[in-house]
Formats: sequence, C-alpha cells, structure tokens
Amino acid sequence: MPKRVSLFVTCMVDQLFPKVGLAMADVLERLGYTVDSPEDQTCCGQPAFNSGYRAEARTVARHFLKTFESAEAIVVPSGSCTSMVAHHYAELFHKEPETLARVHALEKRVFEFSTFLTEVAGVEDVGARLEEIVTFHDGCHALRELGIRSAPRRLLSRVRGLELREMTPAEECCGFGGTFSVKFAELSGAMARTKIEAIQRTGARTVVSLDPSCLMQIQGACSRAGLPIRTMHLAEVLASR
Amino acid sequence: MSAEFQQKIHETLADANLQLAIYTATGRLKDKRVENVAPDVLPDYQELRAQANAIKKHTIENLDYYLEEFERNVEAHGGKVVWCKDAGEVSDFILGLAKERRARLIVKSKSMTTEEIDLNESLEHQGLESVETDLGEYILQLAHERPYHIVAPALHKTRYDVAGIFSKNLHVPEETVPEKQTAIARAVLREKFLAADIGISGANFLVADSGAVCIVENEGNARLTTTAPKIHIAVAGIEKLIPRAQDLATFLKLLARSATGQALSVYTSFLSGPRRAGAGEIDGPDEFYVVLLDNGRTKLLPDRARRQSLYCIRCGACLNTCPVYRKIGGHSFPWVYSGPIGAIITPQFMGVGHEPGLPFASSLCGACGEVCPVKIDIPKVLLDLRSEVKKAEAREGHSRLERLAFRAFAWVMTHPRVYAMAGRMAAAVAPASDGGWIRHLPAPLAVGPLKAWLSQRDLPPPPARSFRDLWRMR
Repeated sequence: MPKRVSLFVTCMVDQLFPKVGLAMADVLERLGYTVDSPEDQTCCGQPAFNSGYRAEARTVARHFLKTFESAEAIVVPSGSCTSMVAHHYAELFHKEPETLARVHALEKRVFEFSTFLTEVAGVEDVGARLEEIVTFHDGCHALRELGIRSAPRRLLSRVRGLELREMTPAEECCGFGGTFSVKFAELSGAMARTKIEAIQRTGARTVVSLDPSCLMQIQGACSRAGLPIRTMHLAEVLASR
Repeated sequence: MSAEFQQKIHETLADANLQLAIYTATGRLKDKRVENVAPDVLPDYQELRAQANAIKKHTIENLDYYLEEFERNVEAHGGKVVWCKDAGEVSDFILGLAKERRARLIVKSKSMTTEEIDLNESLEHQGLESVETDLGEYILQLAHERPYHIVAPALHKTRYDVAGIFSKNLHVPEETVPEKQTAIARAVLREKFLAADIGISGANFLVADSGAVCIVENEGNARLTTTAPKIHIAVAGIEKLIPRAQDLATFLKLLARSATGQALSVYTSFLSGPRRAGAGEIDGPDEFYVVLLDNGRTKLLPDRARRQSLYCIRCGACLNTCPVYRKIGGHSFPWVYSGPIGAIITPQFMGVGHEPGLPFASSLCGACGEVCPVKIDIPKVLLDLRSEVKKAEAREGHSRLERLAFRAFAWVMTHPRVYAMAGRMAAAVAPASDGGWIRHLPAPLAVGPLKAWLSQRDLPPPPARSFRDLWRMR
C-alpha cells in the first residue's frame, strides 16, 4: 500500500475551485498519507481529445506522463479526468509501443478520489460531519467509464448528520460535456435545467458530485435560475467536521 | 456545423408541447426497457449482449461468406436475391418488375432501409401508389413527414395531431380517441392490402443457414404485406445477416425488450420463399425477392472500430435513453437515422461533410453504449468521427481559429509557468465578485465560448489564488 500520494488536481480545480484540492489533501493527510502535488502539472488533455484534436491531446498527455511518471499513486478529484488517463491515453498512443507501455504502467496508479479511499485506503468513515440534506449527482464518466456507483454513496453514508436523498432519474447527464457546453449551449442549458428539476424534487439544498465540471454546470444553471441550491465536491463534504 | 442543424435544434427546444411529447414518449419506452432487462426478469441479459456482440462481430467479419450462403438458400426455396449498390438500383429493380407485372398498387410495412433510399418518392414519381401500412408510418405518409424515431416513427404526434391529419387527408370527422383512429386507418388499409399487387417489407434478420427473412412487428401489417399480394419484396441492408436460425434465440430475446420493453413482439414472422403450391401450401406470395442493399455499408468494413456500427439491430434503445435525442428529437438530425446510432452511421454512410456538427452533438455521457443490446461502443465511434471531421477541416482550411486555439492550448499546457501566468492574468481581468457567480461580462470579454456559456449559465468567479499558489503557501 502506498504511503505517499501525488495529487493531480486537474486544471479546473487548480484555476477555479482550489478549495476542492485542499479538501482532498486534508482528507488524505488525516488518513496518514504524505501528500505532494507536482509543480509541473497542468491538464490531462481531454478538451483537445474530445474536440477531435488528437495530436494536441497527445502533446498534453506526454506532459502528464512525464510529470507523474515517478508518482506512487495519483489521486484525482474527477472521474472524467481519471478516465481520460486510465482509458483514453491507451487509445491515443496505440501506435507508439514505448509510450503505450509507459501509459499501461501509469494507468494502474491513477485513482479517482472516492475509489482511492474505498479501494486502496480501505476506509468508508473518514470522520466527517455535515448537518445537511444532500443529493448525489453521478458524473457520466465516473459512472459509465469507471463503474463508480457505490463508493461515493458508502462514503456519504458515514458522514455524521448527513442525509442522502437519491434523485430520479439519477443517471441522466447534466449536459456539461466539455466543449459541448459551449458548442451546443442552448441544448446543454436545457439538459442542465432538466437535471435541476430532478434535484429540486429531492428537496435537498446541496448537490454533491465527484466531478467539478458537472458541479460547475449545475451551479451555473442554479445560479442563473436564482435557486438556493449549492454544490459541493465530495472532498469538501468529507473534509467537513 | 450547418445553420440548418442549429436552427432545427433551436426550434425543437423552443416548442414546449413537442418537448413534453418527446420526453414523455421516450421516457415510457426507456422505463419499460429497464423493467424488462432487470436481473430478476432476464438474469442472463449481460451474457446475451456479449453473445449478440460476438455473433455480429463474427458475421460482419465474414460477411461475404454468409451473404453467399444466404443467397444459395433463398434460391433453393424458389426465391431470388437482388444485389443493389444504391437507391437507384433498388428503384430500377422494383419499377422494372412492377412494369412487367403491370402492378399499380404497392403496400409497405415499416422499413428504415426503404426510408434511407426514399423509395416511396421514387415509386410515386413513376405513377405507382405506395401505401405505408404501419400505423405510425401511415400517419406520417399522410402528413408528408419522415420518421421521427427508428421504432416509434410518429412518436412526436399527439392524438390531436392525428385527428387533424386524418380529417384533412381522409375526409373523416375529427376523431381523437386512439382506438377509433386505429379503426379508421384499418378500414382504409384493409382495402389496400386486398387490392395490392406488390408488398414491400424490410427485414429484422436475414438468416443465412435457412435463407429466411425474419420480421418482428406488433400490428400484423407486415404479415399482410408479405403474404396477401402476389409478389413480396424484402429490402434489407447487408448487415442484417445472422449465420444460423438458432442465433435468433439470442437476438429475439434482446430486440423487443430493448425496443419497446416487450418480452417478444406480437408477431414474429419467418418468411422463406414463395408459396409452394406443389407441397400443398395455401398461403404466401407467388414471387419472393430479397433486395440486398449496400448504400455505403461496405465502406465501413475495413476499419475495426468503425464496422461495429453495422452490428445495429435498430431497436432504438439508444434514442430513448439519450439526453440529447430527448431534447432535440428526431427531425433535428440531418438524415433518416436519428439519435446516437444516427450520429455514428450518418457520417459514415454519407461522409463526415454531410453534417460536420453531428458527431459533436453529444455530451459523451455514454448512456447509449450502456443500453445497446449488441454493445456498440457508440461514444468511441463518435470520438473517432470527431477526429476525422477535424482532419477534414484542416485539409479544407476550415475552423482555422479553433485549430489555432487548440494548438495554443497544447502549448500552454506543456509550459507550466506560462499556464500559471495565464491563469493569473485571467483572474486579474475577471470582474470583481462578492463570491456570487458572474452573470454578465464586459463586452470585450463576452465573446466566443464565454458568451456561449453565459447565454445559459452563470460563471464561477475566479478565486484570488489558484490551487498551485495556495499549495506553495501551505
């Protein structure tokens, strides 16, 4: 079991939601890990990959490989960025055997935050407390590409004072989709509003997710609609006491 | 992206009644599917999917072999296989046959393949009457519209819409009770069945080892179409092939459940050849033809990832579960095939230039791949097509600004100091915020992606310090 973990906070957390990264570090340190955050980290390259710019995505992916090659375990506050590294890098480098071997060596050491806690650290109760009724939003890549469903729910069930109310439908996309959110803005906005209706039906005032990008979409649409709903990353919930 | 595509999406989103109709109808189909593939109802669902995928993979990889086997077996039963490269060859064959047999009236059962080649228009252009007999298709034929959905073609029409369409075209009083509407259509169509010279159907499966055409349906109109007229022509894409009759044990368990949430559709017909009068058969057509259509399908065969698009059994489950289809509906799509499967086969059959925006009209949520009964990795094919669109744009000198932006993105993301500085600069020019989210930006900033984002949502205020700055201070 690794004693040292490296954070890949993602470009979005770094530039827009730094508290999520700090919260993740807090939780991991409380569990006894030595946490570092490689200075040279930037982005996983997903925006270019999903927009059809494979060469640019490869360039950024190479930078990621170089930056994190020596890390024992890499913990990421995003299912989507984790999946980019763990699933799509192999596709990007399928014609470069040497890089592909490096990718395969690395992808086993990349963990989405909730998965790292439940599968690697083997904890469900991290000692958190939050008096709040929350609902949980499954990020599509966490759910369907990484198969993460129970880990965040088990972690939330151990937070003192917290009540989790599932929304119906629970598994429908929030409409973010990276550049989709701006290329098809009206459609993306309509999808967000449908998601918000499901959130409102639960009566919860707080939406929790593993993915900052979904939370930005949901919070942005709630804010526009003037709804008193706030969003929290799972790491922020687990760091609460 | 074409202006037409954008406009259709906008119009559909702006129509509140249509939004409700699409969301409700797809929601019902989606929920029924979920109930009927649940572990307590169909415990071996995942094994069936894996098996269906393996059978389709094997068939598509050995398509030449099975096509020839199918042809031999159809001919052994007295039928005839007609090979057609494209729409023109199909209509030439049918028009030629109709002329020889002096046929005037054609009845049709539901077939996306004939929609794909605009068969009705070709036949009517030559003075033949071609009548759709599936209720939904019949409604749309009267309304001069294309199918809205692969399985439920008139999904977007309410019973009030149907009342108006029937009243206007059939000169009957406005009738809004669905059962009575069905009776009106039935009375008209029954006469057509009895008078028709030719019946044209599609095919759900072509069975190589028995030379049979398998058709599933709920209304019984396909049975009448294929047996009442003296001539039956089945028009099918070459990918409809399966090797053995016993493979239907896999596919029939998956098809109706995925499509409509039924364990089995009401009618499942196996048609193999014309009536054998000598063997004492009393029903069936005198002549039986299977038209095998390529129309772009063989172009998909060389690429391993792409050719899985040909596994599709047209169940429509990906449409019902797709959050994009459920908002933009079927008619926003640029061709007859809509939803996620339409988004991957349209660019491959028609070329990526047909509607370059199409593979991008997806949040890549993956719900389609999850429900696909033959496990087509639709998101992966979408990503491949996006890359192909960008390569084509680079060749043709389009989207220069975007290409430049992504080149800059890659450069910034590989130069951490530049990246950190760019972040600080962005934070410096952002308007002051009290922690609340940003609703407006000053005009010089409210451009491009930021403007598009702000058209629907507020923006998070950039924090005073980035994570990397806070971490260093920690």
